[in-house]
Amino acid sequence: MLPFLKSWKVLCLFDRKAYTQQVHKRGEFMELIIGQLFNGMSVSSILLLIALGLAITFGLMNVINMAHGELIMIGAYSTYLTQNLFIDYLPSSMFNWYFVLAIPASFLIAFAIGLILEFSLIRFLYGRPLDSLLATWGVALMLQQLARTIFGAPNVGVKSPTWLDGGWMLMQGVVLPYKRLFIIGLVIVTLFAMYLYIYRSHAGRRMRAVMQNREMAACLGISTRRVDATTFAIGSGIAGIAGCALTLMGPIGPALGTYYIVDAFMVVVLGGVGKLVGTIIGALGIGLTNTLFEFWTTASLGKVLVFLCIVAFLQWKPKGLVAMRTRSLD
Amino acid sequence: MQLRTLTPQRIYILIGYAVASAALFSAPLFMSDFRLNLLAKFLAFAIVALGLDLIWGYTGILSLGHGVFFGLGAYAMAMYLKLEASGDRLPDFMGWSGLTQLPWFWKPFESFAFAAAMGIALPAVLALVLGYFTFRNRIRGVYFTILTQALVIITVTLFIGQQAFTGGTNGLTGFSSVLGVPLSSPDTKRMLYWITVIALLGAFVLCRYLVKSRFGKVLRAIRDGENRARFIGYNPAVYQMLVFSISAGLAGLAGMLFVLHVGIISPFMMAIVPSIEMVLWVAIGGRGTLIGAALGAILLNYAKSEFSTSYPDAWLFFLGALFVIVVVFLPKGAVGLFGRLKFPKRKGQKHEQVSHSAV
Repeated sequence: MLPFLKSWKVLCLFDRKAYTQQVHKRGEFMELIIGQLFNGMSVSSILLLIALGLAITFGLMNVINMAHGELIMIGAYSTYLTQNLFIDYLPSSMFNWYFVLAIPASFLIAFAIGLILEFSLIRFLYGRPLDSLLATWGVALMLQQLARTIFGAPNVGVKSPTWLDGGWMLMQGVVLPYKRLFIIGLVIVTLFAMYLYIYRSHAGRRMRAVMQNREMAACLGISTRRVDATTFAIGSGIAGIAGCALTLMGPIGPALGTYYIVDAFMVVVLGGVGKLVGTIIGALGIGLTNTLFEFWTTASLGKVLVFLCIVAFLQWKPKGLVAMRTRSLD
Repeated sequence: MQLRTLTPQRIYILIGYAVASAALFSAPLFMSDFRLNLLAKFLAFAIVALGLDLIWGYTGILSLGHGVFFGLGAYAMAMYLKLEASGDRLPDFMGWSGLTQLPWFWKPFESFAFAAAMGIALPAVLALVLGYFTFRNRIRGVYFTILTQALVIITVTLFIGQQAFTGGTNGLTGFSSVLGVPLSSPDTKRMLYWITVIALLGAFVLCRYLVKSRFGKVLRAIRDGENRARFIGYNPAVYQMLVFSISAGLAGLAGMLFVLHVGIISPFMMAIVPSIEMVLWVAIGGRGTLIGAALGAILLNYAKSEFSTSYPDAWLFFLGALFVIVVVFLPKGAVGLFGRLKFPKRKGQKHEQVSHSAV
């Protein structure tokens, strides 16, 4: 019943109590720091993957997509389905490679559903961020219920491939699990691909143009409708990848997305919209401080402290870390 | 509008209000105790809806955090009720969590007056503080909305985490009496119902006074063009803080009444979903009209109590679809639909957007 607490438990790399005892026993401070840093990095990378799509759609279309969490859930269930297909139709020697196929599969399915969503609902809500928030929340509710109807309410487990078992022994007492290293790697690759798309491709240039000045871009012959639709779909696809990555961390359920969505929104608020680097720093900031505060205090107090830090930070930079420069007032 | 002449339309509206109030007051005569209790709960929700409408419908601030304010009011009253039920002993859950004496901040809640005052003051002050640190920096729109949602998450986490002080997941329950009168007796229930009706009417009159006054005009000016209001010489932040605080206070009041009727408050009643449902009441009834918000809360909760137990799955689908339909097709809610039959439609929001960027 307590989704977000559980999610952070899942995200916690080390059993905190056991680990503290261990540290007390040996009195090795470095282990603790490295372990917590890695833990924070791991949390941040997931947050980054989720917040990326949110930041782009919000920056471009001024639409808040509360159904983003459900696109994560769709990505996760796509992975689950891919796994089941492999179990049912392919020899078991092939099973280990299902995950390689699951990543593009979850991207594509989430991409397609994002496209449908944009076409049928989101485009009526441009420039009405608060309304878009409410309408997409309704969509989220329906998608969750749909997943509950199709896959059942209980969580389902996804068996991760055996080549991701085990971990890399960094030093005595610090083992970095391959799964988490794989997720961090996946995030870096996705990020790089997004960088290429946004800053090094024609489509990305059009997207940035629309983001900066929609009317002017339209006057110069850019089809803003098409840019909006593609961008929204790509953001959804990345959410799908995030869902795929989350299957490595634990069982998945219909409400998977809601555990992460608010934190991802905080990343957007903190990092500002319109630039990749803002989202990256925002995700790292929230992921690391969250892990550290939760380690030093308790899970519940840690959350409060992070929230206070964010509000304090916004006193200094109300528009987030990296804001797009503009002369318009609103 | 300022001319207070009694046009026929005004007379009809006044008669309508009078009939509605009379019906509410006389409801105990023809309703079963169970139904009355439900209605009382819905009326408490209607108070929240009024407060939400004040900030969303009239000022353009969307708060997804009203569950917290509602919950704080409810917890304040529940602390008093729990202490009264426990008598001289320590409340049961504190013993389970290993506390040996009453925490200092629980002590004053032995007094009903203090608890009742705190039930309104705590949410109002929290809203004022949050409002001060956000509106002052012109953090608004979705940024503010997301912050209020984060407030919900951390409050719920905190209340669950601090089990010794708040009762954790189970919340506070097991009350017996209020001011020495047993809570379960039908007479008390009826009395509580009347108190709720009075509170609702009082909240309605207060909100109506606020929106009809100069204050209300400034609120609408902020909603339609915050920067223009600022350039004319008003400080929007002050108005936003104030109205957010009033709205939170109303939610707290509703929370106190809710606990008296229902007899339990748990962190899940102030979590994200209940908070956003509160917004739906206002959206469906019609934002920007007080009567719409109140009616929306009562009718939607009535529908929920009828359908959600027998068809829980279909109810969630219905709720989600309702959100989408109302936002896309009926931005002014049911009252707006009704009003559109008589009055020409206002110019769409698209036009306002364009003129905004030209400021």
